[in-house]
Amino acid sequence: MDKGLALRDVTITKEGAPLLSVNHDIAPGEVLTVMGPSGVGKSTLLAFITGTLAPDFMATGEVWLDGHNITHAASHQRRVGILFQDDLLFPHLSVGANLAFGLQPGGSAAQRKAKIAEALDEVGLSGFADRDPATLSGGQKARVALMRMLLSEPCGLLLDEPFSRLDAALRAQVRDMVFDRAKVRQLPVLMVTHDADDAQAAGGVIVTLGG
Amino acid sequence: MNRRRFLPLLPILTLLAMLGPVAAGLWGTLLPAFGHLPAAGLTGPSLAPFRDLFDWAGLPRAMFLSISTGLLATSISLAIVMLVTAGWSGTKPFRALERLLSPLLSVPHAAAAFGLAFLIAPSGWISRLLSPGVTGWDRPPDLLIVQDTWGLTMTAGLIVKEVPFLLLITLAALGQADAQRSVAISQALGYGRVTGWLKTVFPRVYAQIRPPIYVVLAYSMSVVDVAVILGPNTPPSLSVQIVKWMSDPDLAMRLEAAAGALLQLGLVIGALVFWRFGEYVVARLGARWIASGARGKADGVVAVGALIAGTLCALSVLLGLVVLTIWSFAGFWGFPDAFPDAFTWRNWMRFGPGTLDALGETALIAVTVALAALILTIGCLEAEYRYGLSFSQRAVWLLYLPLLIPQTAFLPGLQTLMLSLGADVGRIPVILAHLVFVLPYVFLSLADPFRAWDTRMGTIAAALRASPNGVLWRVRLPMLLRPILTALAVGLAVSVGQYLATLLIGGGRVATLTTEAVALASGGDRRAIGVYGLMQTGAALVPFALALLIPAVVWRNRKGLRHG
Repeated sequence: MDKGLALRDVTITKEGAPLLSVNHDIAPGEVLTVMGPSGVGKSTLLAFITGTLAPDFMATGEVWLDGHNITHAASHQRRVGILFQDDLLFPHLSVGANLAFGLQPGGSAAQRKAKIAEALDEVGLSGFADRDPATLSGGQKARVALMRMLLSEPCGLLLDEPFSRLDAALRAQVRDMVFDRAKVRQLPVLMVTHDADDAQAAGGVIVTLGG
Repeated sequence: MNRRRFLPLLPILTLLAMLGPVAAGLWGTLLPAFGHLPAAGLTGPSLAPFRDLFDWAGLPRAMFLSISTGLLATSISLAIVMLVTAGWSGTKPFRALERLLSPLLSVPHAAAAFGLAFLIAPSGWISRLLSPGVTGWDRPPDLLIVQDTWGLTMTAGLIVKEVPFLLLITLAALGQADAQRSVAISQALGYGRVTGWLKTVFPRVYAQIRPPIYVVLAYSMSVVDVAVILGPNTPPSLSVQIVKWMSDPDLAMRLEAAAGALLQLGLVIGALVFWRFGEYVVARLGARWIASGARGKADGVVAVGALIAGTLCALSVLLGLVVLTIWSFAGFWGFPDAFPDAFTWRNWMRFGPGTLDALGETALIAVTVALAALILTIGCLEAEYRYGLSFSQRAVWLLYLPLLIPQTAFLPGLQTLMLSLGADVGRIPVILAHLVFVLPYVFLSLADPFRAWDTRMGTIAAALRASPNGVLWRVRLPMLLRPILTALAVGLAVSVGQYLATLLIGGGRVATLTTEAVALASGGDRRAIGVYGLMQTGAALVPFALALLIPAVVWRNRKGLRHG
């Protein structure tokens, strides 16, 4: 029962006014979708889990990941991966260097290079390592962002409206790719979205906030 | 490591570096002003220094000069910038003027003042170009244009330098004022461009650019280098006289200087209060003007007039630099010839080695100061980001404080205080004194781009297990390379242009390009001034060119950073 992402009595308030409450366990390979119109604080929940909550918010409750209480851990030690609606590739680094940023340290330069090439192969972007991320298409960027995150070997995955910037044709393709990879790696996934299609496609429990 | 404990201290350290010398300097002014200067064997308190000051026959004129140049230079440059922006923002002529004026911002005041003097003096370039054909002069007319008794040329010298400054500040403020739509709406309601802008955008823009306007006012009232070059001599403006008293070998004269410094401070505070009162009056009249529904009949004329004035400002500085260049290469150049008989390297051979020594000193000080200011600024901004601190509007005024207190009010006191404490004048105190003026500009230059950085980049990097320092060094700073280098260039330019801080705190022993150039003013050797003025301008301009060039080269294959 230890594996997975658990939100225990998480309540977030803004200047004293309650914003949202969640109490939910997400098992490995499962998806929890949090739905609601913009402005109800969906992204705030993710900020709490990544440890980047803005100072005007207050939160109570605990976050457990794979049996560790990460509620008060430093952001970079939580092992929680996140994807936003924008790809947020580092514009000063090449595609390969972006992936190397994500890839855990260790291994020889050649081994690391091979791992990066392999990751690019996996999403159909072979030979893109030296490209400037700004020259990629929207779908390509989304795939690089996904692989960069996976290379950091997270234990859980957060999705913040991750597909809303993609056009309809790409959207299903990228969405399937993300959920497939998460399932293969047995990652618990928490997605916030206002899009019913995305929620359906996730195929897990749906919690609706606000309204 | 101990960095974690060090970072939260940086904002405090920054405030200390910025305000400490100001406070110490004011304290060091206050005591001698009331007759207390143990180093000269004098103990107070006494009102004798003020009595001496008020007995000085030149005082009324010196005070008048300080007030008139300050108010005139500030209101005229503000009017030019506002009307040009009102009439032309978003048009081709405006972009052209903007491109012309922004590099001029970094031209040091002294170089611009020399350039202006070489243009408009009776024997200046304009007179030479027009003589004898238009004017009929075959010798320079006996007119007092430069160093005129009323300080008008000095005021003009300040205006041509403050217009680029205020224009750049205004452009930054315009982005947040939703100007275009307001003007479009008012034009649809039948308002002229200028009137519509003044009635809808101006109040919002003015509220934002108010602190830098106050800085311009305080600076123009107490400037020394421009006043030495372009201002009247008998008597000079109050600030110049304070510096003269300070350099008197008789230590007792420092008491009179200190009393003068306090008077200068009082004048600036009075002028700022007066300006604030003027704001109320203008706001009242403006409200009435808005209520009257006047659509603006003279808009076209006003807009053209403002554009001409703005262009004149740009041309004065640009042609000033051209004439400095000509003089630096001039062989014999008799009046009224438009150009020298011959161009030669001789002036550069003769003064070049001296300028190189001064350049070395200038660069050493400027690089140290600018880097220190940059590190403190990044430390403050990073501490603000990491610990979720937020600076209130009041704290922003603290940044402007060292720029609002006239230099002549606290630098003499700082020198006297150091003398009393037995501290040595020289390079290191000069560096600390420069930091007072460089820090606010570096901070103001970097703060907006630093804060505008998408913090989700930080979240992503942390999720990829980069530590806070890793995020800073590997993501944030590289992405902000261009604004960081620009802030560094701003810091270098401000340090290069410092005159009074170098002169007083260096005890006359620290010779930078600026102190050397201004020292040449009384001699009137135009060839030497040309060489020093150009070197000074180059020292301030080259860093800006590099700040544009380096990111373009480093990120040549990174489209996402090209306009960042």
